[in-house]
Amino acid sequence: MSGEIILTCKDLTLGYENITLAEGVSFTVSEGEYWCITGENGTGKTTLMKTILGLTKPLAGNVEWNGTAAGTGIGYLPQQTDVQRDFPASVYEVVLSGCQGRLGMRPFYNRSDRDLALLNMKRMGIDDISKRCYRELSGGQQQRALLARALCATGKVLVLDEPVAALDPKATEEMYELITSLNKEDGITIIMVTHDPEAPSRYATHELRFGQEVTTHVI
Amino acid sequence: MLSDLLNYLQYPFVRYALIVGVLIALSSSLLGVTLVLKRFSFIGDGLSHVAFGAIAIASVMNLSNNMIIVLPVTVICAIILLAAGRRARVKGDAAIAMISVSALALGYLIMNIFSTSANLAGDVCSTLFGSTRMITLSTSEVVLCIVVSLVVVALFVVFYNRIFAVTFDENFARTAGTNAGLYNVIIAVIIATIIVLAMNLVGSLLISALVIFPALSAMRVYKSFRQVTVCAAVLSVCCTLAGMLISIPAGTPVGPTIVAADILMYAVFVVAGKLTESRS
Ligand SMILES: Nc1ncnc2c1ncn2[C@@H]1O[C@H](COP(=O)(O)OP(=O)(O)OP(=O)(O)O)[C@@H](O)[C@H]1O
Ligand SMILES: [Mg+2]
Repeated sequence: MSGEIILTCKDLTLGYENITLAEGVSFTVSEGEYWCITGENGTGKTTLMKTILGLTKPLAGNVEWNGTAAGTGIGYLPQQTDVQRDFPASVYEVVLSGCQGRLGMRPFYNRSDRDLALLNMKRMGIDDISKRCYRELSGGQQQRALLARALCATGKVLVLDEPVAALDPKATEEMYELITSLNKEDGITIIMVTHDPEAPSRYATHELRFGQEVTTHVI
Repeated sequence: MLSDLLNYLQYPFVRYALIVGVLIALSSSLLGVTLVLKRFSFIGDGLSHVAFGAIAIASVMNLSNNMIIVLPVTVICAIILLAAGRRARVKGDAAIAMISVSALALGYLIMNIFSTSANLAGDVCSTLFGSTRMITLSTSEVVLCIVVSLVVVALFVVFYNRIFAVTFDENFARTAGTNAGLYNVIIAVIIATIIVLAMNLVGSLLISALVIFPALSAMRVYKSFRQVTVCAAVLSVCCTLAGMLISIPAGTPVGPTIVAADILMYAVFVVAGKLTESRS
Protein backbone atom coordinates (compact mmCIF):
# COMPACT_ATOMS: atom_id res chain seq x y z
CA MET A 1 0.00 0.00 0.00
CA SER A 2 3.04 2.24 -0.15
CA GLY A 3 2.61 5.58 -1.83
CA GLU A 4 5.23 8.10 -2.76
CA ILE A 5 8.53 8.27 -0.88
CA ILE A 6 8.43 11.01 1.73
CA LEU A 7 11.64 10.57 3.70
CA THR A 8 15.04 9.41 2.57
CA CYS A 9 17.94 8.95 5.01
CA LYS A 10 21.25 8.20 3.36
CA ASP A 11 24.31 6.86 5.21
CA LEU A 12 23.57 8.75 8.40
CA THR A 13 26.15 8.85 11.15
CA LEU A 14 24.31 9.66 14.36
CA GLY A 15 25.90 11.19 17.42
CA TYR A 16 27.20 14.31 19.11
CA GLU A 17 30.53 16.11 19.17
CA ASN A 18 32.26 13.49 21.27
CA ILE A 19 30.30 10.28 20.68
CA THR A 20 29.22 8.35 17.62
CA LEU A 21 26.08 6.32 18.23
CA ALA A 22 25.44 4.63 14.88
CA GLU A 23 26.92 4.63 11.41
CA GLY A 24 25.60 3.88 7.95
CA VAL A 25 21.91 4.30 8.76
CA SER A 26 19.95 4.28 5.50
CA PHE A 27 16.24 3.88 4.99
CA THR A 28 13.33 5.34 3.06
CA VAL A 29 9.84 5.92 4.38
CA SER A 30 6.87 5.99 2.01
CA GLU A 31 3.45 7.47 2.54
CA GLY A 32 1.13 5.38 4.69
CA GLU A 33 3.84 3.26 6.30
CA TYR A 34 4.11 2.57 10.02
CA TRP A 35 7.67 2.41 11.32
CA CYS A 36 8.71 1.22 14.76
CA ILE A 37 12.13 2.23 16.05
CA THR A 38 13.36 -0.12 18.77
CA GLY A 39 16.54 -0.66 20.78
CA GLU A 40 17.92 -0.38 24.29
CA ASN A 41 18.19 2.81 26.34
CA GLY A 42 20.87 5.18 25.14
CA THR A 43 21.40 3.57 21.76
CA GLY A 44 20.34 6.67 19.86
CA LYS A 45 16.63 6.38 19.07
CA THR A 46 15.79 9.86 20.23
CA THR A 47 18.89 11.12 18.47
CA LEU A 48 17.63 9.58 15.22
CA MET A 49 14.25 11.27 15.69
CA LYS A 50 15.92 14.62 16.34
CA THR A 51 18.15 14.14 13.35
CA ILE A 52 15.32 13.47 10.92
CA LEU A 53 13.47 16.47 12.37
CA GLY A 54 16.49 18.69 11.86
CA LEU A 55 16.95 19.42 15.59
CA THR A 56 20.35 17.72 15.61
CA LYS A 57 22.76 17.70 12.70
CA PRO A 58 23.95 14.27 11.55
CA LEU A 59 27.73 13.79 11.80
CA ALA A 60 27.59 12.52 8.22
CA GLY A 61 25.03 11.66 5.59
CA ASN A 62 21.81 13.46 4.85
CA VAL A 63 18.10 13.56 5.55
CA GLU A 64 15.68 14.52 2.83
CA TRP A 65 11.96 15.12 3.02
CA ASN A 66 10.13 14.85 -0.27
CA GLY A 67 6.87 15.85 -1.81
CA THR A 68 3.88 16.96 0.19
CA ALA A 69 5.35 16.21 3.62
CA ALA A 70 8.09 18.77 3.11
CA GLY A 71 5.53 21.56 2.79
CA THR A 72 2.79 20.62 5.24
CA GLY A 73 4.93 20.08 8.33
CA ILE A 74 5.63 17.16 10.61
CA GLY A 75 3.83 16.34 13.83
CA TYR A 76 6.31 15.64 16.62
CA LEU A 77 5.57 14.07 19.96
CA PRO A 78 8.75 14.42 22.02
CA GLN A 79 9.91 12.43 25.00
CA GLN A 80 8.79 14.65 27.92
CA THR A 81 11.05 17.63 28.60
CA ASP A 82 11.70 19.17 32.02
CA VAL A 83 10.16 22.54 31.30
CA GLN A 84 6.67 21.19 30.75
CA ARG A 85 6.41 19.64 34.21
CA ASP A 86 5.47 22.86 36.00
CA PHE A 87 4.34 24.98 33.12
CA PRO A 88 0.97 26.67 33.69
CA ALA A 89 -0.88 25.92 30.47
CA SER A 90 -4.36 24.64 29.75
CA VAL A 91 -4.83 21.62 27.50
CA TYR A 92 -6.40 23.89 24.90
CA GLU A 93 -3.41 26.24 24.90
CA VAL A 94 -1.03 23.32 24.46
CA VAL A 95 -3.01 21.81 21.59
CA LEU A 96 -3.48 25.19 19.92
CA SER A 97 0.28 25.74 19.95
CA GLY A 98 0.43 22.91 17.41
CA CYS A 99 -0.98 25.41 14.93
CA GLN A 100 2.04 27.71 15.22
CA GLY A 101 3.37 26.55 11.85
CA ARG A 102 0.18 27.85 10.24
CA LEU A 103 0.63 31.34 11.70
CA GLY A 104 3.03 32.57 9.06
CA MET A 105 3.36 36.30 9.67
CA ARG A 106 0.15 36.53 11.69
CA PRO A 107 0.60 37.27 15.41
CA PHE A 108 -2.60 35.55 16.56
CA TYR A 109 -4.47 32.32 15.88
CA ASN A 110 -7.60 32.67 13.78
CA ARG A 111 -10.90 30.86 13.63
CA SER A 112 -9.70 27.94 11.51
CA ASP A 113 -6.70 27.37 13.81
CA ARG A 114 -9.00 27.23 16.82
CA ASP A 115 -11.40 24.91 15.01
CA LEU A 116 -8.53 22.60 14.09
CA ALA A 117 -7.42 22.48 17.73
CA LEU A 118 -10.98 21.63 18.84
CA LEU A 119 -11.30 18.97 16.16
CA ASN A 120 -8.08 17.27 17.20
CA MET A 121 -9.02 17.39 20.88
CA LYS A 122 -12.26 15.60 19.95
CA ARG A 123 -10.31 13.07 17.91
CA MET A 124 -8.15 12.30 20.95
CA GLY A 125 -11.13 12.32 23.32
CA ILE A 126 -9.84 15.18 25.45
CA ASP A 127 -12.29 17.93 24.48
CA ASP A 128 -14.02 17.64 27.87
CA ILE A 129 -10.80 18.49 29.73
CA SER A 130 -9.70 21.33 27.45
CA LYS A 131 -9.72 23.86 30.31
CA ARG A 132 -7.76 21.69 32.73
CA CYS A 133 -4.14 22.43 33.55
CA TYR A 134 -1.76 20.34 31.47
CA ARG A 135 0.59 19.57 34.35
CA GLU A 136 -2.23 18.19 36.50
CA LEU A 137 -3.32 15.60 33.96
CA SER A 138 -2.50 11.91 34.14
CA GLY A 139 0.33 10.63 31.98
CA GLY A 140 -2.12 9.16 29.50
CA GLN A 141 -4.08 12.40 29.17
CA GLN A 142 -0.87 14.36 28.73
CA GLN A 143 0.22 12.09 25.90
CA ARG A 144 -3.16 12.53 24.21
CA ALA A 145 -2.83 16.30 24.51
CA LEU A 146 0.63 16.19 22.95
CA LEU A 147 -0.64 13.90 20.20
CA ALA A 148 -3.50 16.30 19.47
CA ARG A 149 -0.91 19.09 19.28
CA ALA A 150 1.18 17.05 16.85
CA LEU A 151 -1.90 16.44 14.72
CA CYS A 152 -2.51 20.19 14.50
CA ALA A 153 0.94 20.51 12.98
CA THR A 154 0.47 17.89 10.27
CA GLY A 155 -1.95 15.94 8.17
CA LYS A 156 0.74 13.62 6.85
CA VAL A 157 3.52 12.44 9.15
CA LEU A 158 3.76 11.83 12.87
CA VAL A 159 7.11 11.34 14.60
CA LEU A 160 6.40 9.84 18.03
CA ASP A 161 9.09 9.37 20.67
CA GLU A 162 7.89 6.76 23.18
CA PRO A 163 4.21 7.73 23.17
CA VAL A 164 3.35 4.97 25.65
CA ALA A 165 6.15 5.46 28.16
CA ALA A 166 4.67 5.66 31.68
CA LEU A 167 1.21 4.51 30.59
CA ASP A 168 -0.59 1.59 32.23
CA PRO A 169 -1.49 -1.44 30.06
CA LYS A 170 -5.01 -0.20 29.35
CA ALA A 171 -3.93 3.32 28.41
CA THR A 172 -1.09 1.83 26.36
CA GLU A 173 -3.57 -0.29 24.44
CA GLU A 174 -5.81 2.73 23.81
CA MET A 175 -2.89 4.83 22.67
CA TYR A 176 -1.76 2.17 20.20
CA GLU A 177 -5.31 1.90 18.89
CA LEU A 178 -5.50 5.63 18.38
CA ILE A 179 -2.21 5.67 16.51
CA THR A 180 -3.21 2.67 14.41
CA SER A 181 -6.48 4.30 13.42
CA LEU A 182 -4.66 7.48 12.46
CA ASN A 183 -2.45 5.34 10.26
CA LYS A 184 -5.15 3.12 8.76
CA GLU A 185 -8.08 5.51 8.50
CA ASP A 186 -6.43 8.86 7.96
CA GLY A 187 -3.44 7.56 6.03
CA ILE A 188 -0.96 9.33 8.31
CA THR A 189 2.58 7.98 8.13
CA ILE A 190 3.88 6.96 11.56
CA ILE A 191 7.48 6.87 12.77
CA MET A 192 7.40 5.71 16.38
CA VAL A 193 10.03 4.92 19.00
CA THR A 194 8.92 2.20 21.39
CA HIS A 195 10.32 -0.19 23.98
CA ASP A 196 7.38 -2.55 23.63
CA PRO A 197 8.76 -5.78 22.06
CA GLU A 198 5.34 -6.70 20.65
CA ALA A 199 4.49 -3.38 19.07
CA PRO A 200 6.40 -3.87 15.80
CA SER A 201 4.78 -7.21 14.93
CA ARG A 202 1.33 -6.10 16.05
CA TYR A 203 1.10 -2.71 14.44
CA ALA A 204 4.01 -1.75 12.24
CA THR A 205 4.80 -2.25 8.58
CA HIS A 206 8.53 -1.69 9.13
CA GLU A 207 10.97 -1.95 12.01
CA LEU A 208 14.28 -0.20 12.51
CA ARG A 209 16.27 -1.80 15.31
CA PHE A 210 19.27 -0.34 17.12
CA GLY A 211 21.59 -3.18 18.13
CA GLN A 212 25.21 -3.92 17.35
CA GLU A 213 24.36 -2.26 14.11
CA VAL A 214 21.20 -0.65 12.86
CA THR A 215 18.96 -3.01 10.91
CA THR A 216 15.67 -2.51 9.11
CA HIS A 217 12.97 -5.13 8.51
CA VAL A 218 9.76 -5.19 6.56
CA ILE A 219 7.01 -6.78 8.59
CA MET B 1 -3.52 60.00 56.03
CA LEU B 2 -5.82 59.99 53.01
CA SER B 3 -5.73 63.77 52.81
CA ASP B 4 -1.96 63.53 53.07
CA LEU B 5 -1.97 61.27 50.05
CA LEU B 6 -4.24 63.55 48.05
CA ASN B 7 -1.93 66.36 48.99
CA TYR B 8 1.02 64.49 47.53
CA LEU B 9 -0.87 63.69 44.35
CA GLN B 10 -1.04 67.39 43.58
CA TYR B 11 2.65 67.37 42.78
CA PRO B 12 3.34 66.53 39.15
CA PHE B 13 6.50 64.57 39.99
CA VAL B 14 4.51 62.27 42.25
CA ARG B 15 1.95 61.70 39.51
CA TYR B 16 4.71 61.01 36.97
CA ALA B 17 6.35 58.61 39.39
CA LEU B 18 3.08 56.73 39.82
CA ILE B 19 2.47 56.51 36.06
CA VAL B 20 6.01 55.32 35.43
CA GLY B 21 5.75 52.87 38.33
CA VAL B 22 2.54 51.34 37.01
CA LEU B 23 3.93 50.94 33.49
CA ILE B 24 7.18 49.43 34.72
CA ALA B 25 5.29 47.04 37.00
CA LEU B 26 3.07 46.00 34.11
CA SER B 27 5.89 45.31 31.68
CA SER B 28 8.13 43.63 34.22
CA SER B 29 5.51 41.09 35.24
CA LEU B 30 4.84 39.82 31.72
CA LEU B 31 7.89 37.63 31.26
CA GLY B 32 7.95 36.26 34.81
CA VAL B 33 6.67 32.83 33.82
CA THR B 34 9.11 32.53 30.94
CA LEU B 35 11.96 33.66 33.16
CA VAL B 36 11.17 31.11 35.85
CA LEU B 37 10.46 28.17 33.56
CA LYS B 38 13.14 28.71 30.97
CA ARG B 39 15.77 28.82 33.72
CA PHE B 40 16.50 32.39 32.73
CA SER B 41 16.19 33.69 36.29
CA PHE B 42 19.92 33.36 36.69
CA ILE B 43 20.48 35.48 33.58
CA GLY B 44 18.07 38.04 34.99
CA ASP B 45 20.08 38.26 38.17
CA GLY B 46 23.36 38.52 36.27
CA LEU B 47 21.98 41.24 34.04
CA SER B 48 20.84 43.35 36.96
CA HIS B 49 24.45 43.45 38.15
CA VAL B 50 25.60 44.39 34.68
CA ALA B 51 23.06 47.19 34.75
CA PHE B 52 24.52 48.33 38.07
CA GLY B 53 27.98 48.52 36.51
CA ALA B 54 26.60 50.46 33.56
CA ILE B 55 24.82 52.87 35.89
CA ALA B 56 28.06 53.46 37.74
CA ILE B 57 29.76 54.44 34.50
CA ALA B 58 26.82 56.56 33.43
CA SER B 59 26.64 58.41 36.71
CA VAL B 60 30.36 59.14 36.64
CA MET B 61 29.92 60.57 33.16
CA ASN B 62 27.24 62.86 34.58
CA LEU B 63 24.64 62.09 31.94
CA SER B 64 21.20 63.55 32.29
CA ASN B 65 19.66 60.29 31.13
CA ASN B 66 21.35 57.12 32.42
CA MET B 67 19.21 54.78 30.36
CA ILE B 68 20.88 55.86 27.12
CA ILE B 69 24.00 53.97 28.20
CA VAL B 70 22.53 51.34 30.49
CA LEU B 71 19.95 50.01 28.04
CA PRO B 72 22.25 49.10 25.14
CA VAL B 73 24.96 47.68 27.41
CA THR B 74 22.49 45.43 29.20
CA VAL B 75 20.81 44.29 25.98
CA ILE B 76 24.15 43.37 24.43
CA CYS B 77 25.18 41.46 27.55
CA ALA B 78 21.85 39.62 27.50
CA ILE B 79 22.49 38.41 23.97
CA ILE B 80 26.06 37.36 24.81
CA LEU B 81 24.97 35.52 27.96
CA LEU B 82 22.20 33.75 26.09
CA ALA B 83 24.60 32.58 23.41
CA ALA B 84 27.12 31.45 26.05
CA GLY B 85 24.47 29.60 28.03
CA ARG B 86 23.30 27.86 24.88
CA ARG B 87 26.67 26.48 23.91
CA ALA B 88 27.53 24.83 27.19
CA ARG B 89 25.37 24.77 30.28
CA VAL B 90 28.04 24.65 32.96
CA LYS B 91 30.35 27.10 31.27
CA GLY B 92 27.37 29.35 30.58
CA ASP B 93 26.48 29.51 34.27
CA ALA B 94 30.09 30.27 35.16
CA ALA B 95 30.19 32.99 32.49
CA ILE B 96 27.09 34.63 33.95
CA ALA B 97 28.51 34.51 37.47
CA MET B 98 31.80 35.98 36.25
CA ILE B 99 30.24 38.81 34.29
CA SER B 100 27.81 39.71 37.04
CA VAL B 101 30.28 39.85 39.93
CA SER B 102 32.81 41.67 37.77
CA ALA B 103 30.24 44.30 36.84
CA LEU B 104 29.27 44.71 40.48
CA ALA B 105 32.85 45.06 41.72
CA LEU B 106 34.07 47.32 38.90
CA GLY B 107 30.90 49.41 39.11
CA TYR B 108 31.46 50.14 42.78
CA LEU B 109 35.16 50.72 42.19
CA ILE B 110 34.49 53.24 39.43
CA MET B 111 31.93 55.06 41.55
CA ASN B 112 34.37 55.13 44.42
CA ILE B 113 37.29 56.48 42.42
CA PHE B 114 35.59 58.95 40.11
CA SER B 115 32.45 60.05 41.89
CA THR B 116 32.33 63.67 42.96
CA SER B 117 29.23 63.10 45.03
CA ALA B 118 29.41 63.92 48.72
CA ASN B 119 27.17 61.02 49.64
CA LEU B 120 28.75 58.04 47.87
CA ALA B 121 27.33 55.38 50.19
CA GLY B 122 23.86 56.84 49.69
CA ASP B 123 24.27 56.81 45.90
CA VAL B 124 25.39 53.19 45.88
CA CYS B 125 22.63 52.18 48.23
CA SER B 126 19.97 53.81 46.09
CA THR B 127 21.34 52.16 42.95
CA LEU B 128 21.14 48.80 44.68
CA PHE B 129 17.84 49.14 46.52
CA GLY B 130 16.09 51.99 44.72
CA SER B 131 15.81 55.56 45.92
CA THR B 132 15.02 56.06 49.56
CA ARG B 133 12.28 58.59 48.85
CA MET B 134 9.86 58.91 45.96
CA ILE B 135 11.56 57.99 42.68
CA THR B 136 12.85 61.13 41.09
CA LEU B 137 13.35 61.04 37.36
CA SER B 138 14.18 63.77 34.89
CA THR B 139 11.51 64.59 32.31
CA SER B 140 13.46 62.85 29.57
CA GLU B 141 13.76 59.73 31.75
CA VAL B 142 10.03 59.76 32.43
CA VAL B 143 9.29 59.97 28.71
CA LEU B 144 11.82 57.24 27.88
CA CYS B 145 10.43 54.97 30.61
CA ILE B 146 6.89 55.39 29.33
CA VAL B 147 7.85 54.79 25.70
CA VAL B 148 10.05 51.79 26.46
CA SER B 149 7.51 50.11 28.72
CA LEU B 150 4.77 50.57 26.14
CA VAL B 151 7.07 49.04 23.49
CA VAL B 152 7.78 46.07 25.80
CA VAL B 153 4.06 45.49 26.36
CA ALA B 154 3.36 45.76 22.62
CA LEU B 155 6.18 43.33 21.75
CA PHE B 156 4.90 40.89 24.33
CA VAL B 157 1.36 41.01 22.95
CA VAL B 158 2.49 40.62 19.35
CA PHE B 159 4.81 37.71 20.15
CA TYR B 160 2.59 36.21 22.87
CA ASN B 161 1.85 32.98 20.98
CA ARG B 162 5.46 32.50 19.92
CA ILE B 163 6.77 33.19 23.40
CA PHE B 164 4.35 30.61 24.73
CA ALA B 165 5.40 28.07 22.10
CA VAL B 166 9.14 28.56 22.58
CA THR B 167 8.87 28.53 26.37
CA PHE B 168 6.61 25.50 26.57
CA ASP B 169 8.49 23.30 24.14
CA GLU B 170 11.37 24.67 22.16
CA ASN B 171 12.04 21.49 20.17
CA PHE B 172 8.45 21.20 19.04
CA ALA B 173 8.47 24.86 18.07
CA ARG B 174 11.52 24.24 15.90
CA THR B 175 9.93 21.27 14.15
CA ALA B 176 6.82 23.36 13.49
CA GLY B 177 8.95 25.89 11.66
CA THR B 178 9.17 28.55 14.39
CA ASN B 179 12.52 30.32 14.44
CA ALA B 180 13.23 29.49 18.08
CA GLY B 181 16.70 31.06 18.03
CA LEU B 182 15.26 34.39 16.95
CA TYR B 183 12.54 34.31 19.60
CA ASN B 184 15.06 33.42 22.29
CA VAL B 185 16.98 36.55 21.34
CA ILE B 186 13.78 38.58 21.40
CA ILE B 187 12.94 37.19 24.85
CA ALA B 188 16.45 38.02 26.08
CA VAL B 189 16.22 41.57 24.72
CA ILE B 190 12.84 42.09 26.36
CA ILE B 191 14.19 40.75 29.65
CA ALA B 192 17.20 43.06 29.50
CA THR B 193 14.94 46.02 28.76
CA ILE B 194 12.63 45.13 31.62
CA ILE B 195 15.58 44.90 33.99
CA VAL B 196 16.81 48.35 33.05
CA LEU B 197 13.32 49.75 33.48
CA ALA B 198 12.71 48.00 36.78
CA MET B 199 16.00 49.26 38.10
CA ASN B 200 14.54 52.76 38.22
CA LEU B 201 11.80 51.50 40.46
CA VAL B 202 13.35 49.04 42.90
CA GLY B 203 17.12 49.21 42.38
CA SER B 204 19.28 46.51 40.89
CA LEU B 205 19.29 43.98 43.73
CA LEU B 206 15.51 43.71 43.98
CA ILE B 207 14.68 43.42 40.29
CA SER B 208 14.27 39.66 40.33
CA ALA B 209 11.64 40.02 43.02
CA LEU B 210 9.64 42.47 40.94
CA VAL B 211 9.83 40.24 37.87
CA ILE B 212 9.31 36.83 39.45
CA PHE B 213 7.01 37.23 42.47
CA PRO B 214 3.81 38.19 40.60
CA ALA B 215 4.25 35.25 38.21
CA LEU B 216 4.97 32.80 41.04
CA SER B 217 1.93 34.06 42.96
CA ALA B 218 -0.35 33.77 39.93
CA MET B 219 0.93 30.27 39.20
CA ARG B 220 -0.26 29.18 42.65
CA VAL B 221 -3.89 29.81 41.77
CA TYR B 222 -4.32 29.95 37.99
CA LYS B 223 -3.77 27.11 35.57
CA SER B 224 -3.55 28.50 32.07
CA PHE B 225 -0.79 30.64 30.59
CA ARG B 226 -3.20 33.44 29.72
CA GLN B 227 -4.78 33.55 33.18
CA VAL B 228 -1.38 33.47 34.85
CA THR B 229 -0.08 36.27 32.62
CA VAL B 230 -3.10 38.51 33.19
CA CYS B 231 -3.17 37.82 36.93
CA ALA B 232 0.56 38.49 37.27
CA ALA B 233 0.19 41.79 35.44
CA VAL B 234 -2.74 42.94 37.60
CA LEU B 235 -1.01 41.79 40.77
CA SER B 236 2.22 43.51 39.87
CA VAL B 237 0.49 46.81 39.14
CA CYS B 238 -1.53 46.65 42.37
CA CYS B 239 1.46 45.77 44.55
CA THR B 240 3.55 48.51 43.00
CA LEU B 241 0.82 51.13 43.42
CA ALA B 242 0.25 50.03 47.00
CA GLY B 243 3.96 50.01 47.72
CA MET B 244 4.47 53.47 46.28
CA LEU B 245 1.42 54.99 47.99
CA ILE B 246 2.35 53.48 51.35
CA SER B 247 5.96 54.53 51.10
CA ILE B 248 5.07 58.22 50.76
CA PRO B 249 3.30 58.78 54.09
CA ALA B 250 5.25 56.03 55.88
CA GLY B 251 8.57 57.44 54.71
CA THR B 252 9.88 54.00 53.79
CA PRO B 253 12.18 53.30 50.82
CA VAL B 254 10.06 52.69 47.69
CA GLY B 255 11.68 49.55 46.26
CA PRO B 256 11.67 47.42 49.40
CA THR B 257 8.11 48.53 50.19
CA ILE B 258 6.92 47.34 46.79
CA VAL B 259 8.77 44.06 47.16
CA ALA B 260 7.30 43.61 50.64
CA ALA B 261 3.83 44.01 49.10
CA ASP B 262 4.77 41.39 46.47
CA ILE B 263 5.93 38.98 49.18
CA LEU B 264 2.75 39.52 51.17
CA MET B 265 0.60 38.80 48.11
CA TYR B 266 2.67 35.70 47.41
CA ALA B 267 1.81 34.41 50.87
CA VAL B 268 -1.87 35.20 50.25
CA PHE B 269 -1.80 33.34 46.93
CA VAL B 270 -0.08 30.33 48.46
CA VAL B 271 -2.92 30.06 50.97
CA ALA B 272 -5.55 30.70 48.27
CA GLY B 273 -3.96 28.02 46.10
CA LYS B 274 -4.06 25.50 48.95
CA LEU B 275 -7.72 26.33 49.62
CA THR B 276 -8.87 25.95 46.00
CA GLU B 277 -6.90 22.72 45.73
CA SER B 278 -8.48 21.13 48.79
CA ARG B 279 -11.93 22.25 47.62
CA SER B 280 -11.72 20.62 44.21
N1 LIG C 1 22.75 16.75 23.45
C1 LIG C 1 23.56 15.69 23.66
N2 LIG C 1 24.89 15.86 23.66
C2 LIG C 1 25.72 14.81 23.85
N3 LIG C 1 25.32 13.55 24.06
C3 LIG C 1 23.99 13.31 24.07
C4 LIG C 1 23.03 14.37 23.87
N4 LIG C 1 21.79 13.85 23.92
C5 LIG C 1 21.96 12.52 24.15
N5 LIG C 1 23.26 12.20 24.23
C6 LIG C 1 23.81 10.84 24.44
O1 LIG C 1 23.51 10.07 23.31
C7 LIG C 1 23.17 8.75 23.69
C8 LIG C 1 21.86 8.34 23.06
O2 LIG C 1 20.81 9.16 23.54
P1 LIG C 1 19.33 9.01 23.03
O3 LIG C 1 18.51 9.98 23.80
O4 LIG C 1 19.31 9.11 21.55
O5 LIG C 1 18.98 7.51 23.47
P2 LIG C 1 17.62 6.73 23.35
O6 LIG C 1 17.87 5.56 22.47
O7 LIG C 1 16.51 7.63 22.95
O8 LIG C 1 17.40 6.22 24.83
P3 LIG C 1 16.04 6.07 25.69
O9 LIG C 1 15.48 4.74 25.34
O10 LIG C 1 16.52 6.09 27.11
O11 LIG C 1 15.15 7.22 25.35
C9 LIG C 1 23.17 8.72 25.21
O12 LIG C 1 24.35 8.09 25.63
C10 LIG C 1 23.15 10.16 25.62
O13 LIG C 1 23.89 10.33 26.79
MG1 LIG D 1 14.81 8.42 23.84
